[in-house]
Amino acid sequence: MISIVGFIFISIGLTFDLLGCLGLVRLPDVYNRLQAATKCVTLGTCSILFGTFLVVGFNAAGVKALLCMVFLVLTSPVAAHAVARGAHRFGVQLWQGSVIDKYAQDKEGEV
Amino acid sequence: MNKVKESKNKMVIRWIIGAVCLLSVTGLILLRPLPFLFYHELPYLGFLSRAIYIIILACILSLYRIIKGPSGADRIVAIDILGIMIVGLCAVLTISTGRSWYIDIGIAWALQSFISTLALSKYLEGRSFDD
Repeated sequence: MISIVGFIFISIGLTFDLLGCLGLVRLPDVYNRLQAATKCVTLGTCSILFGTFLVVGFNAAGVKALLCMVFLVLTSPVAAHAVARGAHRFGVQLWQGSVIDKYAQDKEGEV
Repeated sequence: MNKVKESKNKMVIRWIIGAVCLLSVTGLILLRPLPFLFYHELPYLGFLSRAIYIIILACILSLYRIIKGPSGADRIVAIDILGIMIVGLCAVLTISTGRSWYIDIGIAWALQSFISTLALSKYLEGRSFDD
């Protein structure tokens, strides 16, 4: 019975992965792509790993899956933040339809 | 006028090619599960093989962004996403083959992907002459 719950978690994770990669292809800008892809794919992969823990059970592979999930939740926002900061400092332009750019205003106020 | 017509024809051809690719991949996912890599007495064989197909399709979409990214930051984002998705693939392979060392590959791949993304973004940032 508990393995069926695990397979439901794996299905949710697969849906989030596929939609995140569709956003990575279709959106117009680096920052939009980062925002779509990182959140969706992180949540999807964490859901897949939790489903793996539910299916496999409380043994070595399941505990390693939980450890991998915690590690992904901790490190993926850090990597996304570093990529966005590096891209803005390198000078990648925003999309023309963008409304606001708070980071550039902040840097101007600094100088 | 002629130019507009040509671009419209090109758009129609691109839409047709994309629709054919999507329909063929969807049919592959629905109709033919992978015949190898599995213990055949598992009752949920079809679901896991279709899960592997869906993850491979998502990896191909991310590879498209790696090949055709206009700037370097797009490629770094796509490499990060590809690494996270391969961790999910390793988890699904752990269930389907019953061998527990696939999840070790997943942990090592997650660590290496995080460190490589940080290094690439630092390299991207260091090329500006700001500070």
